[in-house]
This record gives sequence, structure tokens and C-alpha cells, in this order.
Amino acid sequence: MSVQRFYFDHNATTPIAPEVLETLTSCLGQVYGNASSIHHFGQAAKQRLEAARRQLAVLIHANPNEVVFTSGGTEADNMAVLGVARAAAGPSKHVVTTAVEHPAVLGPCAQLEREGVAVTRLRVGSDGVVDPDDVRRALRPDTVLVSVMHANNELGTIQPVEEIARIARRAGVPFHVDGVQALGKIPVDVETAGIDLYSVSGHKVYAPKGVGALYVRGGTKLAPIAFGGHHERGRRPGTENVPGIAAFGVAAEVAGCNLTSECDRLTVLRDRLENAVTSRISGVAINGSRWKRTPNTSNICFEGIEGEALVIALDLRGFAVSTGAACSSGAVAPSHVLTAIGLPPERARASMRFSLGRGNTAEQVDALVDALEGAVAHLRRISVYA
Amino acid sequence: MSGGVDSSTVAALLVRQGHPVVGLTMQLWNQRRLPELAAEGGTTGRCCSLDDVYDARRVAEQIGIPYYVVNFERQFEEQVVKPFVEEYLAGRTPIPCTLCNNYIKFDRFLEMAESVGASRMATGHYARIRRDDASGRWQLLRAVDGSKDQTYFLFGLTQQQLARTMFPLGEMTKPEVRELARSMNLAVAAKGDSQEICFVPNGDYAAFLHAYLEESGVPKEPTRGSIVTTDGRTLGEHAGVHHFTVGQRRGLGVATGEPLYVIATDPERQRVVVGGNDELLRARFFVKGVNWISIAGLAEPTRAQVKIRNKHAAAPATLHAAGDAARVEVVFDEPQRAVTPGQGAVFYHGNLVLGGGWIE
Repeated sequence: MSVQRFYFDHNATTPIAPEVLETLTSCLGQVYGNASSIHHFGQAAKQRLEAARRQLAVLIHANPNEVVFTSGGTEADNMAVLGVARAAAGPSKHVVTTAVEHPAVLGPCAQLEREGVAVTRLRVGSDGVVDPDDVRRALRPDTVLVSVMHANNELGTIQPVEEIARIARRAGVPFHVDGVQALGKIPVDVETAGIDLYSVSGHKVYAPKGVGALYVRGGTKLAPIAFGGHHERGRRPGTENVPGIAAFGVAAEVAGCNLTSECDRLTVLRDRLENAVTSRISGVAINGSRWKRTPNTSNICFEGIEGEALVIALDLRGFAVSTGAACSSGAVAPSHVLTAIGLPPERARASMRFSLGRGNTAEQVDALVDALEGAVAHLRRISVYA
Repeated sequence: MSGGVDSSTVAALLVRQGHPVVGLTMQLWNQRRLPELAAEGGTTGRCCSLDDVYDARRVAEQIGIPYYVVNFERQFEEQVVKPFVEEYLAGRTPIPCTLCNNYIKFDRFLEMAESVGASRMATGHYARIRRDDASGRWQLLRAVDGSKDQTYFLFGLTQQQLARTMFPLGEMTKPEVRELARSMNLAVAAKGDSQEICFVPNGDYAAFLHAYLEESGVPKEPTRGSIVTTDGRTLGEHAGVHHFTVGQRRGLGVATGEPLYVIATDPERQRVVVGGNDELLRARFFVKGVNWISIAGLAEPTRAQVKIRNKHAAAPATLHAAGDAARVEVVFDEPQRAVTPGQGAVFYHGNLVLGGGWIE
């Protein structure tokens, strides 16, 4: 069985861009020095490392020396949440976050709770957006960190991080933003927004897995979560993954160049998908805000179907989509994000995430809609439980 | 595909025969639950372990078929595990495999198979399905390999379910299946057989019950009671009727001259009734919830061989209609040992499965 395959799961991960692949393979083959070494080989590696740091800094409007490379988004989130909370002084500590964060933030928050830190997880509206006033009201004298994601991985909804940054700044509380799903999809400006820490991941922007970064505003107190050498200005020990980081740098540059045009192109494609689905298939609803969203993400509920079955049926027809976060595939519990926006379990389980990217075309979207129409009709015919 | 040799061989066989095949594995139980049980016996050989999924995935890759894990933990909990626990607490001896076949495998899972576009579902069960042209019915027959026959657990299959099911191993013996798996170089050819109740480690259902109730936060009621003889003498104490099943000899903790067996359990009075081997014998009993397979029902008293537990050799009996089509009185020619409420009673005519139900 050989089928033509189309990829609509770019929020899970992205393919490596051709320019990025070229950098990656040339670095892997030739730039093998340890960036900490004094000699020529070390210096060559160091040059690639610092070039990448500058490229990423440009994309998020940061100073290059405020960029710390990590092994990925999860490590960056852990460094920020655990690092800031543990570095703060005081007998009692409090962290404010939201109920729709990625597990890479919710996990370390739960760990902080076990260590005696109080955690407030703010609820979101049915649009998936957190109310900045809720952040203001949640702040306490002992609040040491506010952590809110920029764009949600399942819904694509964009949080009002600029407004929340102003609130946190006024209260003197460091503000962390998980920007993994925003980087390369919408403009990011940590300087203007007044964000103190910003997590990003390479493989969501057409760079390889295993590389990420944390922006740390100068002066932010951060306790280390790993111990060893003095790499990354003493903020993250471990020999740098130079090929991965160099690839991430190139990916950031490419993303910056294409940001506006790709944003417009994906918005058109996403709207084409949603308009066709809502007009051709009955019993569908778009989850979360239709307006404050990344241009590539669409989360749609198909009433009466089992999402798991639809993912498999579509995959067998050559279309890769997902029911939610790839990290929680196979989980029994319905998505915590869809639950947080008020979806009952059966609607959450009937929901699908389509996340578009560079490789997708209008023809692919049309083919996806055809396949969806057939598969949903088939599933609804079979299911006696619908 | 469970990751075992049987279902792996089925998948490989169907591919070899030229069928387009999709491999599906059911995730039924979260191995991270009830860690105290895992600590005792380890998790190898238990259902839905990551090792089993790894094996199934490896076979699917080897034979070149699309493969997916589908999650039915929620349904398994509701339809199989909870009833299993409730039955034990009510003093009966349940068979979760039959519940799983009736409510998960040949119901939700079959529906999933159809949902993803499969016209039929093949499993590694040892049983045979045949269409009888005279009656127009789908019939179920014992496997050629009598020692592996699993029809006892399949008595709940409806005509629609049988019409969409294939049991390719029904015509083969287990050694033949292993030989076939080896000849096709399947990675799991030498893997050991799975245990009977997949979610109960080491067959210690009492420990499972204890851990499960602890986890669900059910307030523990005192379960201690007395062990009494059929003529009313108290012989000793027990820790709870759910530790006992009819016919059990070991673990009574009372010493008497002649061997004693559990004759009945009485959860209401928390008594375990014991007696001699002869007292276990029963000649007649009722079966409820009967599903007819190879015949449409009982028009008149019908001769059959009746099997009252998996390891029981089916014994000659006469089936009498008892009220409605789903209730039958079984009258054995010779009284049989340990007719146990909650177990299945399956009616055979030679290799043909007529139907079956639950012992009252």
C-alpha cells in the first residue's frame, strides 16, 4: 500500500528546511571542535555558536548574550520555572501560571509544589485566552514568577503577553513566556513586550530536534538546574551541540525573512480549510478563539466521532493530523487544554488538531477536506455510540 | 496484535495471503497503576506492557503493515475490571476474558477496526468460524488444537460479530503456529504464552482486589468471617470470602482428617462453606444470559456436552428451556464437581458451540 503522504502536524514537529539541512550536515562533517577549546577547531565551533546566537537574538529582538542554548523547549521551560523560583529568596513563594500550559511548564510547577511553593493555575475563557486581570488578581506579595505561554500548542490561541508583562513588571515579578509554538509563526519582541524569560525550540521552526534556547533578560536571577562546566556563561553546563545550534540559527534567520509572507499564506490556507470543513461537513465546531490565533493552527470538533479513529483513518489515506499534543498521544484523559476551555470529554475526544506549515499547498488542503468528509461520514455511519 | 506469537503470526499470515492489513494493539490497562503489585512480580508478561507494544510494533514493521495503538483503558475499566471486582466481592468467580471479548474486543475494538476502514477483524484466538448454508447461521467451532481451544471464552459472540471476524489459527496447532512464526522469522516466535487474566499479576486476584479497592478509596469493610461445614459446624476463621472460590482446597487454614473443599461462599453472612469432595457434586443448575450461536435456540430438550470452566472436560447433559430463550437448565448425566456461580457454561455438540451463558 503506497499512498501519497501529506503532513498537517507542524505543531508536533516540522521537517528540516533545505538551508538548515545544508548547515547541519556541513557542521556535522567539518565543525567538530569543542567550542570551549583554545585551538583553531574550538574557535571555528565557537564562531558557529555565536553566529547562531546572533541569528536567534534578531528573531526575538534580544541581545545575543541573553540567549542560552538548551537541549530543547522542555529544558528551557524547566530552567526558567525551576530556576527563577528556586533563586528567589523568602520563606514563602508563589508562582502564577495557566491551566492550558504545556506539560513542560506544568510539570516543573508541580515539582515546585512538592518543594513547598504555592502555584496558581489561572483558568481561561472558552476562547482559550487568559484574562490579564486574572493575572493581576492572582499576584501576591510572595509571588516570585508569572509563566504564561505565548501561543497554545493545541488551539493556537495567542495570550496577551504584552499586557501580562506590564502587570508583572509593575509588581516586580519576573515573567516567563513559553514561546515554543509562537516562534516563527508570529512576531516576537521580548524587548518591547518586556518579557524576562522566553523559551523556544528548534524543531518547531524547521531545525532539528534536540536544540532549543532560553532568553534570559540581563539581571534575572536564575538558579541552575544542572551542574558541571561553565558553558553558556555559566548558565547551562554541557558541551554545546554546535551543529544543532548552527542549524537552529539558520532556521531562525529563514523564519525571520519569511515571517510576514508565510503568516499571510498560512492564514489563507487555514481559512480555506475551515471554510470548506464547516460548509461541507455537518456537526463541526472550531475550538477556541478564531481571531487571536497563530495562522497555522486549527482545532475542530467533529461531533459524534472518536478522534483516535479519525487520526488512523486519515493516516491510512495519507494525511497526518493529530488529536492534540503528540506528547500525550495514547492518553486516556481528554486533553487538559480542551477541558480547560470547557469542552465535555466526548467533545474533547471528538476534536482534531490541524497544524499547517511551509510544505502545505491549497491542493493539499483540498485533498485533506475530501478525505475528512469521507472519513467523518464513514465513522458516523459505523458508530452506534454517537 | 498483543505482541505475542499468535496474533503476530495471524498478521504475517494474512499479509502473505495478500490481504491489505492494518495492525492494531489495544491499550487496556495502565501499567503504572497499582505499583505495589508490580513491585512483587515485575511487569513482564503482563498485558499492555511497553514491551508487548514494542514487540507488536516490531512485527508490524517487519511485515510492512501500518500499525497503531488504540486506547480502551476507560472502557476496559468500566466493562471488565469493575465488574470483575464486584463479582468477586459478591462471592462469585468471574471470567474477565469473556467480558473483554463481549464488550471490548468484539465490540468497541471491532468498531474501531471498521472505523479505520477494515472490513474484517482477525485475531489470534484458537477457534473456528463457519457459515452454515442450511440455517444461514454463522457457527463457532472448537479449534483443531483441543489443548489451546478458546471457544469457552467466546460464547458471547453474536452473528454480526462472527460475520466480521476471522480466526486464522483455528485450523492449526500451537506447535505449528510457532513453526510458522519461526519460518517467517518473526521476532516473537519464541516468546512465552501469556497468562490467563492479563491485568492480574501472577494470578493473585486477592492481592489485585486489595490494591484496586485501596486505590479507589472504597472504605474497607471488615471482611473476616467464619469457615463452616455444610452441617453447620464452625471450623475456623477466614480473611474474606473473596479469597475463596468454589472447589478450592488449598489455603483454608483448617486441619481436619479428610480433605476439605469450598462448597459455597456466602458474602452476606461472610461465611465460607466447606465440605468433602462429594458435596461439590451437582447434577443440575441454571444458566442465565444465554447467547445462541450455532443454533437459534432450544425448540425442545436438547442433548449437549456442557463445559463449566475453562479446564473442565465438557460433560454430557440435557438442556431444557427455562422460561425465556436466554435462560437454560442444564441437567448433567453424571453430577459434576464445582459448578461455580459467575463462571460461564458453554454448550457443545461435538466441536460445534451451540451457545453459552453465565452460571447462576
